[in-house]
Amino acid sequence: MSRLQVVSGKGGTGKTTVAAALALALATEGKRALLVEVEGRQGIAQLFETEALPYEERKIAVAPGGGEVYALAIDPELALLDYLQMFYKLGSAGRALKKLGAIDFATTIAPGVRDVLLTGKACEAVRRKDRSGRFVYDYVVMDAPPTGRITRFLNVNDEVAGLAKVGPIHNQAQAVMRVLKSRETAVHLVTLLEEMPVQETADGIAELRAARLPVGRVIVNMVRPAVLDAADLDLVRDTPRAALARSLSGAGLGGARRGGHAERLVDPLLAQAEEYAERYALEEEQRAVLTDLGLPLHELPLFAEGMDLAGLYELATELRKQGIA
Amino acid sequence: MSPSPDPAARHQEGARHLSPARVLDVDPLLEDPKTRIVVCCGSGGVGKTTTAAALGLRAAERGRKVVVLTIDPARRLAQSMGIDSLDNTPRRVKGVDDSAGGELHAMMLDMKRTFDEIVEAHADPDRAAAILGNPFYQSLSAGFAGTQEYMAMEKLGQLRARDDWDLIVVDTPPSRSALDFLDAPKRLGSFLDGKLIRVLLAPAKVGGRAGMKFLNVGMSMMTGVLGKVLGGQFLKDVQTFVAAMDSMFGGFRTRADATYKLLQAPGTAFLVVAAPERDALREAAYFVERLAAEDMPLAGLVLNRVHGSGADRLSAERALAAAENLEDPRIVDQDDGKAGLRNSPDTQDSSGSPESAPEEPEASRPTETSQRTEAPGTAEDTPERSADRLAAGLLRLHAERMHLLAREQRTRDRFTARHPEVAVTEVAALPGDVHDLAGLRDIGARLAAGRPELPEPGA
Repeated sequence: MSRLQVVSGKGGTGKTTVAAALALALATEGKRALLVEVEGRQGIAQLFETEALPYEERKIAVAPGGGEVYALAIDPELALLDYLQMFYKLGSAGRALKKLGAIDFATTIAPGVRDVLLTGKACEAVRRKDRSGRFVYDYVVMDAPPTGRITRFLNVNDEVAGLAKVGPIHNQAQAVMRVLKSRETAVHLVTLLEEMPVQETADGIAELRAARLPVGRVIVNMVRPAVLDAADLDLVRDTPRAALARSLSGAGLGGARRGGHAERLVDPLLAQAEEYAERYALEEEQRAVLTDLGLPLHELPLFAEGMDLAGLYELATELRKQGIA
Repeated sequence: MSPSPDPAARHQEGARHLSPARVLDVDPLLEDPKTRIVVCCGSGGVGKTTTAAALGLRAAERGRKVVVLTIDPARRLAQSMGIDSLDNTPRRVKGVDDSAGGELHAMMLDMKRTFDEIVEAHADPDRAAAILGNPFYQSLSAGFAGTQEYMAMEKLGQLRARDDWDLIVVDTPPSRSALDFLDAPKRLGSFLDGKLIRVLLAPAKVGGRAGMKFLNVGMSMMTGVLGKVLGGQFLKDVQTFVAAMDSMFGGFRTRADATYKLLQAPGTAFLVVAAPERDALREAAYFVERLAAEDMPLAGLVLNRVHGSGADRLSAERALAAAENLEDPRIVDQDDGKAGLRNSPDTQDSSGSPESAPEEPEASRPTETSQRTEAPGTAEDTPERSADRLAAGLLRLHAERMHLLAREQRTRDRFTARHPEVAVTEVAALPGDVHDLAGLRDIGARLAAGRPELPEPGA
């Protein structure tokens, strides 16, 4: 199993939730996982119902069987100062740079420096060892930028290595790329059973493959339970309306005669079934498109009442059951 | 939503569902010649781009000359406007009803092209060529954080300056924070205008002047540090770029400021787009507050994907109880229980009409005896059994729908409580995606109707 698990997906597909559940699942039974947030949205803190995460690795959850999940929200500005300190020991020069706006420049506008720092920090955590030579984290899970930007984000070090042709940044960029393009890394894409996210997933996979980045799994999130199956939907077509009205009436919902309560339920209930059938057909279509991608495909259920901590543990269990972790 | 025994109370509940907040009236906004810019903003995945396109089409068919600036449209949406690949130039959309004298044009932001055009317009050919060929420029323009937002605002300023259209509908970039497009122009502006630029320019500009020597030494030291960190060649590229761009910096800042002011002007209307889900509405509330803080004129909230039900007087609980009865024939066949159930609707139903009692004979089924001999769960092919099975399925589906309705109402109420001043228009959820102009037109009609239409009976 790859030690760096990158989770991307179209906005709104719940990639942060999936990343968090994956970290919990990987930490299960005595392992230690680090969950890394790179977009500064504090989504992880919200999910784990804790206060905003500082820029430090902090234990946020205990996984079943004694595992531990640590979290880190990377602040690009502090990461850059960190990085300068690491390579140059420039305490005061770092502050001077900050005063000049160089840090702001570097982290928000300069070509990819921000992304270099974010990927660099994650790779550093992957490689970090303790005194006895053991990896500090068994797994690092990254809540990464959305599908539309993921390839560029992960590949930024290639670009930077090309721009800065010598110097420590060049070397660092190359070291990061070696991790990202190896079997140590797997990039998973989270999607919904809807046309646009599925299309973006297919495009994203093509881009990742073209950039020789290791594509992992496709995870369909928020899958709605099937209330009616194909056989039920056939019944919608074949059942006479009067018979349906009689059944509804028999269940205690009023009269079946024309204008009776049960009879008046038939049209709206059938209209809802019609909508359901249309969505069902669309979902089946999208499922087929995803299957054709030829990657391991997983489905996670929708939590209708919204995601909370208990739901997160349920998703983690589900991920383990499906052999993802 | 448990059934209330008091019909009046239930009626009130229904009324609240229909008009919980001020209703946003889209048509007057689109028709008003004073409305020159409509900005659609909101978090990702709520149908922002589709909303922008539908508003543009509706305005055009009501007589306005409209251009829709999309940022990253799905292929299908571009196709729905009859344009397979939108590019950086507005293209006229065919098939629009022009009887009111309107036109619809659409384009997709190409940020690199937009940046190139600025350079070409503001620098002489040699200098422009030097900038366009600079590796640092190529990275910057091809899409680093903030560039897309900046270029979207730049494009908006250009479209407005051309004055070829009387309404511009803008979609905003899918940023990591939905507000980046407000901040990016300022950020880029202050960078291009800032101290760092002076430092980077220093070796090239201050070089010969003796009076500046002390300053120059300090700056060389600084660029020395930067050079060490970034690598010498990279810094040289940046310096060349900055030197070449020097004449344009003032322009960037001025235009960024002008566009920002344009967004605050009375002819601009912001629409916050959301879906009735917790996260999307939380983001929307944040957006509303931020726009107010920036003096940006908010027209209202577009709430996409709202669900309705034609049978919303049948509660989820009753629907589930009825479904269970149908799925377990042993209960249904108990005459006592059944009689009790049959009587219940008229006491619980809000309309309180007494019609079901006389219908009972019709509702009873003559084949019950034969069913009882069948094993549960098998041989469900008699018409009555399959009708029961279908009815149970439909009732479960309905219960799910009612739960969804209640949830959507709760999240929406929370938003309204926080921002009662914000006018809202609701757009009913569609089962699939929009494929053509007719689909966009349909969404436009739903936007203008202000609240979701219930599913047509038998539709």
